[in-house]
Amino acid sequence: MIPNGNQRPGENPFKPPLAGASDAKPVDAKRSDVWGAPRHLGAMPAPSLPPLIGVDAGDVREVPMADCVLSSRVRLARNLVGFNFVNRSTPEQLADVVHRAQAARLSGPFDAGTRWVNVQSTSPIDRLMLFERNLISRPFVEATHPRCVAISADETTSVMVNEEDHLRLQMLAPGMQLSALADRMIALDRSLEHSLEFAFHPRFGYLSACPTNVGTGIRISAMMHLPGLRLLEELEKVQRAARDMHLAVRGFHGEGTEALGDFFQISNQTTLGRSEHDIVEEFVGVIVPRFVEYERAARSALLERDLPSLDDRVQRALGILRSCRLLSLDESIKFLSRVRLGVALGRINDVERTLVDRLLLEVQPAHLARLGGRELSQGEDDRAARADAVRGALRG
Amino acid sequence: MKNGMTAEVHLCAEHAQERGLLLPTSEGPALAVGKLLERTRTPPPRAPKSCVACGMTMAQVRESGLVGCPLCYRSFEQDLSGIIERAQAGATAHAGYHPAHAATLVDRAALRNKLARELREAVAREEYERAARLRDQLTQLIHEPGGSPACGSEAETAERAGTAEQPSDTGVSGGGRGT
Repeated sequence: MIPNGNQRPGENPFKPPLAGASDAKPVDAKRSDVWGAPRHLGAMPAPSLPPLIGVDAGDVREVPMADCVLSSRVRLARNLVGFNFVNRSTPEQLADVVHRAQAARLSGPFDAGTRWVNVQSTSPIDRLMLFERNLISRPFVEATHPRCVAISADETTSVMVNEEDHLRLQMLAPGMQLSALADRMIALDRSLEHSLEFAFHPRFGYLSACPTNVGTGIRISAMMHLPGLRLLEELEKVQRAARDMHLAVRGFHGEGTEALGDFFQISNQTTLGRSEHDIVEEFVGVIVPRFVEYERAARSALLERDLPSLDDRVQRALGILRSCRLLSLDESIKFLSRVRLGVALGRINDVERTLVDRLLLEVQPAHLARLGGRELSQGEDDRAARADAVRGALRG
Repeated sequence: MKNGMTAEVHLCAEHAQERGLLLPTSEGPALAVGKLLERTRTPPPRAPKSCVACGMTMAQVRESGLVGCPLCYRSFEQDLSGIIERAQAGATAHAGYHPAHAATLVDRAALRNKLARELREAVAREEYERAARLRDQLTQLIHEPGGSPACGSEAETAERAGTAEQPSDTGVSGGGRGT
């Protein structure tokens, strides 16, 4: 859970901005709008990080398909009646949208607590941390206009206000849990209707700034872990299946990012002409099982054909992570992916999958800096710090 | 074609000219028809059109990939329909749930589609009295407050068949505030 911010109880933490306000503030790791009251991190124990969204909630062994599905995500795009879309709005209008959104009653996952973060005034490191946790998107990190995000206490749910659309509602869960997520998301959406009026067209459905997102406005995603297909050089199967089923295949952090360490996000590209239920059911009943089947078949082939080679790959990756002194982000994701494969196949028995999944988050730049009590600075070589952190976590 | 029905009329050249169906020419009817077809093939360039609410132009939409407000979907409906259909693998109409406040819009759209479908069937079966009743119902529906042509291909087909009038509102839930 994200610690409370600087605001007093009952005080609205979002202080609308505004026109002309700049995001370019000096980096200050001692002060934070997001992670807690002003404090000197260096003098305190490393903050205990909340669970990585989608990988560490509960017993992952009981989550369906967790060996091949890192996380599930459901997203809805919604826009308010009476406002231009974000790309055509003035800063004052966007601040008005923020106020409307904050006045709305958020229910479901938000019942246990809601944290509003003014992304415009938040420090760069906190923005980046939110991004690394998949709570906000890359464009949302980099924008300069009035915007904020609501985050549920358990960090499973976030609502970005003034991303490409007025509202981007998002829910995440570990492993393959799309049906449950979609049910909860639809309940949240229907509940929001009581306090917000969404733009709708009888033929095009829910309206969005991008014409290709109209209709249900729903985006279903599964973050797949496909190291077996990579090792067998059969990723073409994934690409072909994705093309046939009108799916987008993206990288570790979604749109515009590259695939790292055999992690691929697959999501629906079409949002019109089918109901939310049908889109979700296709993912649950056809799409994800098909990719999981491909991956499991590849892993079986690896086990049967050349076990020493497979063992060498996963143990070598673990060995490097346990002994390296300099570790780049790309390397860390690549080797953690191999270790995750070894754990899933029972070839590595002294490392928990939940630890690997937690490290996938903690090796990222903002988390690494915050855990080490350092400030985030452009161009700083953080390879030594990453190697130290990973070595420490994987010490046998 | 009138009121959803096609009528065949045989006219002499003189009367055809009176009705504007044939250009007066000294070069004979065949050449005049050719000129008409030529006009059809090379339509005059359309004037730049902007959204009635936010002022966005279709050129700006194409450049940015984004529309400016909910009413852009009404202003650029024809252009956007093609773009959306291509992006959505041929799908043209929403099939999911709708917000409660849009229930009237959705019900009206469903009724319009139903009437339009029945009208087409009645015309096909040469049930002209029934077709006339359906046409009147459809016209009345469109003239009522909230009537909109933006509710589906079948209704649009009926409008093209001669029943369409300018709607009394936009049929879009969520008019842009303008900039």
